Amino acid sequence: MKIKKYLPTILLIIAAAGLIVVGIALKQPQSVLEKAVKICMECIGIG
Amino acid sequence: MADNKKIRLAIQGVATLIQNANLKGFFEGKIYTGPGKKICVPGLNCYSCPGAIGSCPIGSLQTFLTKFKIKIPYYVVGLLLFFAAFLGRAVCGFLCPFGMIQELINLIPFPVKKNRFKGDKALRYLKYAILAACVIILPICFKLTPFFCKYICPSGTIAGIILAITDSAIASKLGAIFTWKVIILISILFSSLIIWRPFCKYICPLGAIYSLFNRVSLIRLKVDENKCINCGKCAKACKMCVDPVKTPNSGECIRCMDCAKACPEHAITLNVTEIKSHSGKDERIKGEQ
Repeated sequence: MKIKKYLPTILLIIAAAGLIVVGIALKQPQSVLEKAVKICMECIGIG
Repeated sequence: MADNKKIRLAIQGVATLIQNANLKGFFEGKIYTGPGKKICVPGLNCYSCPGAIGSCPIGSLQTFLTKFKIKIPYYVVGLLLFFAAFLGRAVCGFLCPFGMIQELINLIPFPVKKNRFKGDKALRYLKYAILAACVIILPICFKLTPFFCKYICPSGTIAGIILAITDSAIASKLGAIFTWKVIILISILFSSLIIWRPFCKYICPLGAIYSLFNRVSLIRLKVDENKCINCGKCAKACKMCVDPVKTPNSGECIRCMDCAKACPEHAITLNVTEIKSHSGKDERIKGEQ
């Protein structure tokens, strides 16, 4: 009963973990870092 | 201020401090460039804020979509789903710095305080339109332009103001777009005096994403129907205008627990604090899947 109640949550966590692993394998955290370490001119209103 | 509000405000304050732990950046006008920025924070916190030690999920999402050769943002979507699965819109209620700013402004006395008005329900759909249009469709169509960050995001405007104060080179470059964004920021902050969390209710694309998963997140509201006397005090107390008896896990609920505090029968709880069954098979609890 408890498992059924939390099944969508468990599936969502598994899907999220899978996507994160795929993203890490494709070096996507590095892309996030490259964007975030420079001041984003658009974000601060200079575009 | 009620105890649960103080506790929540304290959690919001600590979360804001943790997400903006690069305090020296505020004085030097330089942003943090360490590896922490590989990770997205759960709330709306611009990565160009001098204090930010993590990345904004909405900004990061657009980073992948605005490239000439679009990359599917597995990593950012995975992190967003991860936060959504565990917390849902509790992120908005407890961890988002801009949500806290709006709440603090709403504490300021003002002659008009209004949460329920005509058109409120329809306006709630605006955030989904902004998510679809400004975060996904327009950045894909018009390359190199993160539309939400560039034209709307008030968190980025705050970052811009801080950087402009500390860096004259940035201050000299500010133009029409910055003026537009300042107008949006001021409008949101002024609206916050009257309406509780107007940005979260009507505009925030991050809140829109989390709201889609509120029903299945680990943190959910439960209403014990055996205890509930249908007095309506919970719905009246809810500043997000949710009726917890009818829709305990509405996408609008940010788990602030004002409803639980208002309930005279203590019928509302979070499912992380399991309700003990006293009456066996007949007990019905709303909010369970």
